Amino acid sequence: MGKNNRITIFDVVNYTLFALFTLACFFPFYYLFINTISSNDLSSRGLVMFYPQEIHFSNYIQVFKIPGLSQATLVSFGRTVIGTVLTVAASGFLGYLFSKPTMWGRKFWYRFLITTMYFNAGLIPWFLVMLKLGLINNFLAYVVPGIVSPFFIILVKTFVESTPISLQESAQLEGAGNLTIFWKIVMPLITPILATIAIFTAIGQWNSFQDTLFLVTDSNLFTLQFILYRYFNGATSLATLMQSGASENLANIQTATSIRTTVSMVVVIPILLVYPFFQRYFVKGIMIGAVKG
Amino acid sequence: MSNQPGGGSKMEAKLNDQAYTSVAMKRYPFKEKHKLFFMAFPFLVLVFIFSYLPLYGWIYAFYDYRPGIPLSQTEFVGLQWFTSLVSNPYQMEEVLRVLRNTFAISALGILTSVLPVIFAIFLMEIKNNSFKRIVQTLTTLPNFISWVLVYSFAFMLFSVDNGLLNNLLMSMGLIEQPLNILGSDNHTWLSMTLWGVWKGLGWGAILYIAAITGIDPELYEAARVDGASRFRLMWHVTVPGIMPTFFVLLILGIAGFINNGFEQYFVFSNAMNMSHIEVLDLYVYNVGVVNNNFGFATAISILKSIVSLVLLFAANSLSKLVRGEGVI
Repeated sequence: MGKNNRITIFDVVNYTLFALFTLACFFPFYYLFINTISSNDLSSRGLVMFYPQEIHFSNYIQVFKIPGLSQATLVSFGRTVIGTVLTVAASGFLGYLFSKPTMWGRKFWYRFLITTMYFNAGLIPWFLVMLKLGLINNFLAYVVPGIVSPFFIILVKTFVESTPISLQESAQLEGAGNLTIFWKIVMPLITPILATIAIFTAIGQWNSFQDTLFLVTDSNLFTLQFILYRYFNGATSLATLMQSGASENLANIQTATSIRTTVSMVVVIPILLVYPFFQRYFVKGIMIGAVKG
Repeated sequence: MSNQPGGGSKMEAKLNDQAYTSVAMKRYPFKEKHKLFFMAFPFLVLVFIFSYLPLYGWIYAFYDYRPGIPLSQTEFVGLQWFTSLVSNPYQMEEVLRVLRNTFAISALGILTSVLPVIFAIFLMEIKNNSFKRIVQTLTTLPNFISWVLVYSFAFMLFSVDNGLLNNLLMSMGLIEQPLNILGSDNHTWLSMTLWGVWKGLGWGAILYIAAITGIDPELYEAARVDGASRFRLMWHVTVPGIMPTFFVLLILGIAGFINNGFEQYFVFSNAMNMSHIEVLDLYVYNVGVVNNNFGFATAISILKSIVSLVLLFAANSLSKLVRGEGVI
């Protein structure tokens, strides 16, 4: 944009500051990774600082031998997949329904829905409702409460309203019903916004921690996030877990550090894997947080 | 979710069926609008159950309720939980402490909300596109990890027990004893804010970057023709261009002043820093879930809901006053 291509002091400072902050953002991920693949003995003494030492990958096999960890991985994946499918389908369908001016009491029901973004009864009343519904120690508690999300419905509704109504009208003239119009006409048009919703729901589901904390005591329903938290919290004795994974190499016997770092890495890997693909949804996604009813 | 046709003959049958009903609907248009409503109905029931039904639970704030005992056998205490906030000096002190933490952390959050603006403006001054892309990619990443994982990072880097920082400082001979950073109550508000900045800065800047990209290039051209320097361009073109965005986010920040969340403070909390990290949501958890005082926890939740609604409407009016448009 400029004709002025001189490098000024400002440029040097600017590049340096950005480089430093970027390093600060990235380094913890790198540090975590090198500690999982270095000698467990060195790692537990904090001697693996900037580069991996005595590289091995046995931690990633050992870690799934920890009781409950495979189950937690399954629960985390399960809630992510099921929760995302349900939320995306419901958001798409409801966004479409609310875009129809002919719906009975649309204005009222839309307000009924949107208002829920602005109040919260509080932890205890919510907990007691979940208790009454039998959603304590129940997998459904992970996926059902999030099905209807006002934010996402606003997004879809706005998006549907921006698509040409003539498409829906001509389908209606051909005799297509609402479900057919939704499935055949509207769905293909709103795929970009549904993809955005899918990404953000999936990440939210994967990272979710509070619902397990409040609603689950059954260890079969623990998620990876919750298990990881317990490793730091001292609620789980890492010493007993360590004995469960016998190693061929004494230097790589499981330590508290190796378990913590490897489980952390297991939690972060899926995010890193999908990250490059959803970057292009960022701008749409951030609108989710600043959207207007 | 909705029973979508699987395909084939089933699909055709459905189409015929729908063609039939749609003809019928033209004759009786009231049926169409009810049909749309009934399709939404199951979802509205979910909204009612998970968002409105808990409001009924506010009655627990008027009882001396303990889990396990039915409400009918529980003593009705009227406004006792509310009045005890003021009449019981110990409880009042506790609540004031929690409010102080909540306000301090929120205020720091609002102060640091200019950082994404600065980040975005200065990032646009970076002319090397691949550097820019790397910065954006890597600084946005922390937004997508959970607070539990952030704590895991914090633990590896700052733990008293062989954390990276302590090992570095000790090997350089700068300290003799490892510092217990996570287990101390020094600068708790500040460190919580800094973790928030670490996690949210790159992400927060995206909206401003989008806003800057949306500024008419002719404005820059015109200003440049008038001899404006680089910094004058930033100050007189870019900053006014993103002010509306900043203002909306600021308003939303004010509206959410007492809702600074739970998870971050919960995972970072410990016996050492509890007195400064305990914000309202964490306090409600500690009172209700940890200490089983459902009545008092609900009373706090009620007051919090009322105050947040007042804040929301105040922020909305402020927004209407300043830019002629509300935020809700």
